[in-house]
Amino acid sequence: MADATERSIVITHQVGLHARPSVKLTKLAKSFDADIRVRGEGTEDWVDAKSIVRVMGLKLREGTTIFFKADGPDAAQALDALVGLVERDFDEHAA
Amino acid sequence: MSMRPERSFPAQVASEGLAIGRISLRRMRRSDARPKGTPEEEIVRLEAAGAAASAQLERLIGRAEAEAAAILEFQAALLADDELLDPVRARIARGEAADAAWQQAMDGQIADYQGAEDEYFRARALDLADLRDRVAELLAGGGDEAGAPAETGAIYVGTDLAPSRFLELDWDAYRGGAVVKGSSASHVAILARARGVPLVVGLAANESMLVDGAEAILDAEAGQLIQDPSAETRARYLRRAAEREAEARRQASHLGKPALTAAGERVLTYINVDDPHILPAVDPASCDGVGLTRTEFLFSGEGGLPGEGRQLGAYKALMRWAGGRPVTIRTLDAGGDKPIPGLTPDGESNPFLGLRGLRLSLARPDVFRVQLRALARAAIEGELKVMLPMVTRPQELDATRAMFRQVVSELLAEGIPAAMPKLGMMVEVPAAALNIAAFDADFFSIGSNDLVQYVTAAGRDCEAVRDLYDPLEPGVLELIHRVAEHGRLTGREVSLCGDMASDPKYLPALLDAGLRAVSVAPARLARAKAEIAGYG
Repeated sequence: MADATERSIVITHQVGLHARPSVKLTKLAKSFDADIRVRGEGTEDWVDAKSIVRVMGLKLREGTTIFFKADGPDAAQALDALVGLVERDFDEHAA
Repeated sequence: MSMRPERSFPAQVASEGLAIGRISLRRMRRSDARPKGTPEEEIVRLEAAGAAASAQLERLIGRAEAEAAAILEFQAALLADDELLDPVRARIARGEAADAAWQQAMDGQIADYQGAEDEYFRARALDLADLRDRVAELLAGGGDEAGAPAETGAIYVGTDLAPSRFLELDWDAYRGGAVVKGSSASHVAILARARGVPLVVGLAANESMLVDGAEAILDAEAGQLIQDPSAETRARYLRRAAEREAEARRQASHLGKPALTAAGERVLTYINVDDPHILPAVDPASCDGVGLTRTEFLFSGEGGLPGEGRQLGAYKALMRWAGGRPVTIRTLDAGGDKPIPGLTPDGESNPFLGLRGLRLSLARPDVFRVQLRALARAAIEGELKVMLPMVTRPQELDATRAMFRQVVSELLAEGIPAAMPKLGMMVEVPAAALNIAAFDADFFSIGSNDLVQYVTAAGRDCEAVRDLYDPLEPGVLELIHRVAEHGRLTGREVSLCGDMASDPKYLPALLDAGLRAVSVAPARLARAKAEIAGYG
């Protein structure tokens, strides 16, 4: 992946990459053309960030680091958006 | 009129009312395995069932409140993911029938979640099983047209009705329900009463006796479902329905006035809130405030952990609705018949006597503190009263108060406005009722549903001992009187927030016992006020 970019961030959401956060993450990933892959720390399995089955299958808990890599014309924007979503705790604390 | 003779099936009343409409028969058992088609035909069946399930989920999402919607959205997202369906398609290509292939593939996924280390991921196995069953039902040619409004009003008839299912159904389309299983003291019965939906349980009928689409009368007063009523029966029930309506209008005339007994004594009438979505339909001026908010609605979705922000939003909305009237919010009362995946312990041999209510909250301070923070922040919005469920010993109340005070000072130190609300307790455990003077609570609220079952040692959900589960049992009334008297002597409010308070059969006994505050389902408020007006 010549123009692939990679980013990582720690999940701070109380219950990790759970159903609702996973739905948000895959929806956001699908809004980009880039091929986006995601993996959890301690494994080399990159899975498709646009598949809820795959993303939930990672079963990432709070405090683990999540890695993203993207390949395609809007790869950089995609990574910014995804990292931002995890940083904002998946927007779950807005009253 | 049908050519079939009138048939009547007995049942127990779970939520009173009358409904005249048509039977909407929910499949009671899977149809026998159908002949398997070619792989191409089986693929078509799978895709059609998947599309139908997606459409059902979308309809349900449109109607569900945020918590339930999150889980439904998760299921819809799974169904839209080729990663889920591709293995099923591969099995079909190898010659399996669509239903077997679907079942096998999903069972594998479910087992994977059940084996997860983390309890929140384990809890997702339930959502997958729910999705598995929804699609399996459609594959079997069944499936529920819950989203399709019935033209003339339908009566839901089926084997069972889970609380989650009850919340999914459109009760503007369905006029009532009749189910084979269940008990009149179950959680779903409480929900039905809160919404004023007529419901009978323990229906003595099986699928071969019932006719889908047949005209029917649901008599949730005497406890029967009448299929194909004769002209005479129909006329009798139409008259009765008209009488009930007139009665309801008469009761409604009490709604705008404070509740006074015939002797002129004031009785506070609060409402129970199970689900804030009913609030817009209730005029806050018709009650004295909220006597019980069941916060389980917040925890019933996503693995049971709403953040501080989401909780605060819900509590503030309640306070705003109440417009200065007191709002009583009960801390999470999970356990017993209200399991919360990932929070309540699995496989307790006797969940009603296990880790539930405040016991569970104190065992999980990580979860409890989030709720206390949200409550302390909501307390600045008006008159908030926080009530603790299943208190057994004074030490539990004291420990909670200390934790609450600590939470308030932490918030203030963070520069976040917060206050210590009034802290009261539910009286449900006989030991607490007998020792009531030892509890330094700001107010007391008798939780009669559990108190009755603990005093009579007869389970709320056990049909075989129904007659022993008697709210008028002298031992029960004795304890209620004892708590009411303690409140009178110490100047602390004592209310009662169980089903007893909204049942005209029991209300006079409660007033006799000295209670002057009750909290009832919004659908029962008018009736309770009319009943109070006729007392004394």
